[in-house]
Amino acid sequence: MTTLTLSNVTKTFGDMRALDAVGFTVAAGERVALIGHNGAGKSTLMKILLGLIPATAGDIEVCGAAPGSDAARQHVAYLPENAAFHSALTGLETLRMYLRLRGERPDQAMSLLDRVGLADAAKRRISTYSKGMRQRVGLAQALIGHPRLLVLDEPTSGLDPVSRRDFYTMLDKLAAEGAAILLSSHALTEVEARTDRIVILSRGKLVADDTLAGLRRRAALPIRLQIRARPGEADAVAAELAGGRQNGVMVDLTCTPEDKLLRLGQIAGLGPLVEDVDVVPPSLEDIYSHFSQVGAEGDRP
Amino acid sequence: MTRILATASAEARIVLRNRWVAIAIAMMAVFSLVLSATGSAPTGALGADPLSVIIASLTSLAVYLVPLIALLMSFDAIAGEVERGTLPLVLTYPIRRSEILLGKFAAHLAALALAVAVGYGLAAGAAFLSDTGSAAGLPALLRLFWTSLLLGGAFLAIGYALSALARRPGAAAGLIIGLWLVMIVLYDLSLLAAIVADDGGWFTTDIFPWLLIANPADAFRLYNLAASEATAAAAGLGGAAATIAPLHALASLLLWPLGALALAVFAFRKVTP
Repeated sequence: MTTLTLSNVTKTFGDMRALDAVGFTVAAGERVALIGHNGAGKSTLMKILLGLIPATAGDIEVCGAAPGSDAARQHVAYLPENAAFHSALTGLETLRMYLRLRGERPDQAMSLLDRVGLADAAKRRISTYSKGMRQRVGLAQALIGHPRLLVLDEPTSGLDPVSRRDFYTMLDKLAAEGAAILLSSHALTEVEARTDRIVILSRGKLVADDTLAGLRRRAALPIRLQIRARPGEADAVAAELAGGRQNGVMVDLTCTPEDKLLRLGQIAGLGPLVEDVDVVPPSLEDIYSHFSQVGAEGDRP
Repeated sequence: MTRILATASAEARIVLRNRWVAIAIAMMAVFSLVLSATGSAPTGALGADPLSVIIASLTSLAVYLVPLIALLMSFDAIAGEVERGTLPLVLTYPIRRSEILLGKFAAHLAALALAVAVGYGLAAGAAFLSDTGSAAGLPALLRLFWTSLLLGGAFLAIGYALSALARRPGAAAGLIIGLWLVMIVLYDLSLLAAIVADDGGWFTTDIFPWLLIANPADAFRLYNLAASEATAAAAGLGGAAATIAPLHALASLLLWPLGALALAVFAFRKVTP
C-alpha cells in the first residue's frame, strides 16, 4: 500500500528550478532516506508534500489525499530542520498544545517526553534547552497519535551517536507498526543500514532511487585490495600483481566488482609472499559522490 | 474549538511570561490613578458625581492607551512565528490559519480585559472612596469596559494584519507605531484642520460625522460620551457627539474588529512559511 506518491513534481522559483520532475513512492512500513547536498531540493520537496508551498507542476498523493488537505494533515507528522518552539513555554506545555491540536488527550505529554529522554527537563522552559533537546521535542511531537506518514527533515542533526541509535530504533518500531517514513540527510553514512531505500537528489533532479545494495551494484565503483607483503617482498608482490607499492610492506590494487574473486585468487596464489589481504569496498561517500556527479553532469548542456 | 482553545491557552501563557500583561496592567493602573487623583477637583461646579467625571477622563485615556497596548501585544503574532521558524510546524497540524488567529485573539483579548478591568476598577474604587453617590456612574463604567474591549479587539486584529504583511517583527513594530500615530493622533488633527478650512460648509455637516465614526477610536469616544449625558457635559464634547447617532458609532465599533479580523486572516493566508 502506497502512503506517498510523487510523480513529475517540479518547483521553480523564478528562473531557478528547485525540483525537476521528481517522482518516487513510499509504501506503508517503508523507511526511505532522501539524500542530497545542501540546496539539492530536499527541504523544498518536503514542504511541497506537506502542503506548505505549492508545486509548480506534478502530482502528489499523501495518504490518498491532496497535500495540505485536512485529510492529509490528519495523518502526517513533520519534524522540521532545526525544530523551533516558543522559548517561553516548557517542553511539557508545548507538547500538551500539540496533542490538543491533533485532538489527542494532553495527559500523554509526559510519556511522549519520556520516550525521547526529556522527562527530567519537561518542566523547564525551552529557552534553557540545548539544540539536541529541542530536536527531541520536535521528535516527540512527531510521534503524537499514530501518523501514517512521518516526514523528518535532517532528524539526526544535533544528536549524539547514542541518541541517534535510539532514534533509529524508534523509527524501526514505527515502521513495524505500518508508518511510512521519509527522512532527509546530507550524508549517506548517517542513514546507512537503517533505511529500506535511498533516494538521491542532485540539483533538484532525482538521480537514484534504490536499495543500498542496488546503489552499490549500479555504481560499480572499483574495489580496493590492500595486500600486506612479508617484509622485503613488497616489490616482488607489486611486480607479480602489477599493482602499486604504497610503502615497505603494503601493495594497493583496485579492481572491478566482477574481477574481485579472480584477483583474490591471484593473491592467494602468491602463497608465502603475502601475509594478509584486506578487501575495501567503495565507501558510502564514494557511492554518494558518484551519483551526485552523475546528476551534475546530466545538468550540463 | 479545542484547537482554538489549545492555541489560546499556549498564547495566554506566553503573554503572561513575556510580561505584556504586567506592563499593560501597570500602564492602565498608573494612568487611571493619576486621572482619578487630578480629575475629581472640578466635580462640584458641574454637579456630576465623581465617577461620571472620571469616566469622561478614562474615555480620553482609553482612546490612546487601549489601541497602543493592543498593537504592542499583536505585532509579533505572525511575524514573530515566521522569524522563529515555528510557523511551518504548526501549519502541518490539522488547524486552519483562521483558528490560529482566533486562538491568539482570545488570549490577547483576555489579557487586555484584565488590564482594562484593573485600571478602571482602581479608578472606580478611588471615586467611591471620595463619594458614595458614585453608584450612578456604574452603568457608564460598564459600558466603557466592554467598548474598550471592542476597541482593543479592533486594534489587535489590525496588529495581526500588519504582522502578516510585514513578515518581520522589526518591520511590524515600525508599522504599528506609524499606524497608531495616524489613526489616533493625526486623523483627528487633520479632521480638525479640514473643519477649520471648510468653515461650516458641506464637509462639516455631511462628511465629517461619517469620517469621525469611520475611525474606531473616534467611534469609541463618541459612543461613550453620547450615551452618557453627564459625561458628555463633563467632557464638553456634547456638540460634536450630538450630530451622530450613538447607534452608528456602536455599529462602527462592532464592525471594526470583525472586518479587521477578516483582513488579518486574508493577509495571514498569503504568508508562505
